[in-house]
Amino acid sequence: MLARRIIPCLDVKDGKVVKGVKFRNHEIIGDIVPLAAQYAKAGADELVFYDITASSDARVVDKSWVSRIAEVIDIPFCVAGGIKSVEDAGRILEMGADKISVNSPALTNPELITQLHDQYGQQCVVVGIDSYFNEQTGQYQVNQFTGDESRTVVTKWQTLDWVKEVQQRGAGEIVLNCMNQDGVRQGYDIEQLAKVRAACNVPLIASGGAGKMADFSEVFQQADVDGALAASVFHKGIIDMQELKAYLRSEGVAIRA
Amino acid sequence: MELVIVNTGCANISSVRFAIERLGYQVAVSDNAAQIQAADKVFLPGVGSANAAMSQIKQKGLVEVVAKLTQPTLGICLGMQLMTKFSDEGNTDCLGVIPTKVNKMLADGLRLPHMGWNQITPVNNNSLFEGIAAGSYFYFVHGFAAPVSEVTLASCEYGQPFSASIGQGNYYGVQFHPERSSEAGARLLANFIQNT
Repeated sequence: MLARRIIPCLDVKDGKVVKGVKFRNHEIIGDIVPLAAQYAKAGADELVFYDITASSDARVVDKSWVSRIAEVIDIPFCVAGGIKSVEDAGRILEMGADKISVNSPALTNPELITQLHDQYGQQCVVVGIDSYFNEQTGQYQVNQFTGDESRTVVTKWQTLDWVKEVQQRGAGEIVLNCMNQDGVRQGYDIEQLAKVRAACNVPLIASGGAGKMADFSEVFQQADVDGALAASVFHKGIIDMQELKAYLRSEGVAIRA
Repeated sequence: MELVIVNTGCANISSVRFAIERLGYQVAVSDNAAQIQAADKVFLPGVGSANAAMSQIKQKGLVEVVAKLTQPTLGICLGMQLMTKFSDEGNTDCLGVIPTKVNKMLADGLRLPHMGWNQITPVNNNSLFEGIAAGSYFYFVHGFAAPVSEVTLASCEYGQPFSASIGQGNYYGVQFHPERSSEAGARLLANFIQNT
């Protein structure tokens, strides 16, 4: 049976792994390559590297760490952040990444998704969506440039519409980051994820809010997501990967041994 | 031992090279016919679409070369699909070295592409799967697949059964990505290098 995936996310800033709360106050967690190797060895099913500075400050970012990661780890990994063109994506895939994830640049230029699909195939095109629940309006809104608080903007897109749009354009997977939950470890946004799940026919990855082992069980069983992404619970040692996987198996979730 | 990865111009070549190097072997990446023909073992990686990849191989003048190899040759993912006669993806005539063809997965309403870790069942005790138990997980990313047939070396199931691995003579193919399949994948690559 196809296993549900546990995906540690390593937010990268200036070549270091960092983690902030609600996208702010980034603290350095450690060096990328040893952390990546450690997670692969511990049983992570996949890794995501999110270069959170890249899209918002418009500079050329050094991605040489991608090939250093590809050399050492034997599980799939995805690189996100600052991929604005087919050429940017090609360089990262050539360095050994299995997938590339686009977020802000796809909102600026949705045609990018189509181009990536046509050039490299659906399987490596991941679209990241930063979705914010506006309590006043009761709507889920797609945000852009969330890597830098001062530049974050609310786009014209409601989340479900953007989810449909990116699939039509050839996305092979969607990572839904529920911004209200990010970094606060109060559980995944099951309600929102279930709504997006119903509109999403490609693999869906939940992001934002994991705090305890039961949160993972809930998100797999109640929102039917294909993977669950988390950062701080792993980086801070709050949840042990092997314990989590054993727990999920005991809960009846299909998990790789 | 001379190991060569055929440079198909596809994107996962570095991952395959790194995986082989982690096993302690040197490997060359080449689109030179003589170097490919002289290798002890050949790898044919691939990601992307079947017609784009076949066009690449044609452009490099390697269709005959790859189709007439006599040493053990391992196709990986799209590389495996290219070893069959025909792929429904873009109605592409392939290398035809393994007598089967590739269809779009129906997956019985399940989500596509089939992406993630799934369990395989080796059949016929092929040495490629030595030490790899039924139920072992490998990493898959694909939307097209070869049916289960007499050339199947391992099967998998996603909505419907399909070939996780096929083989005929000196040609072997795996639908999954051994270079991204942790210890099981490393074992499979080692088996190919040492056992075939």
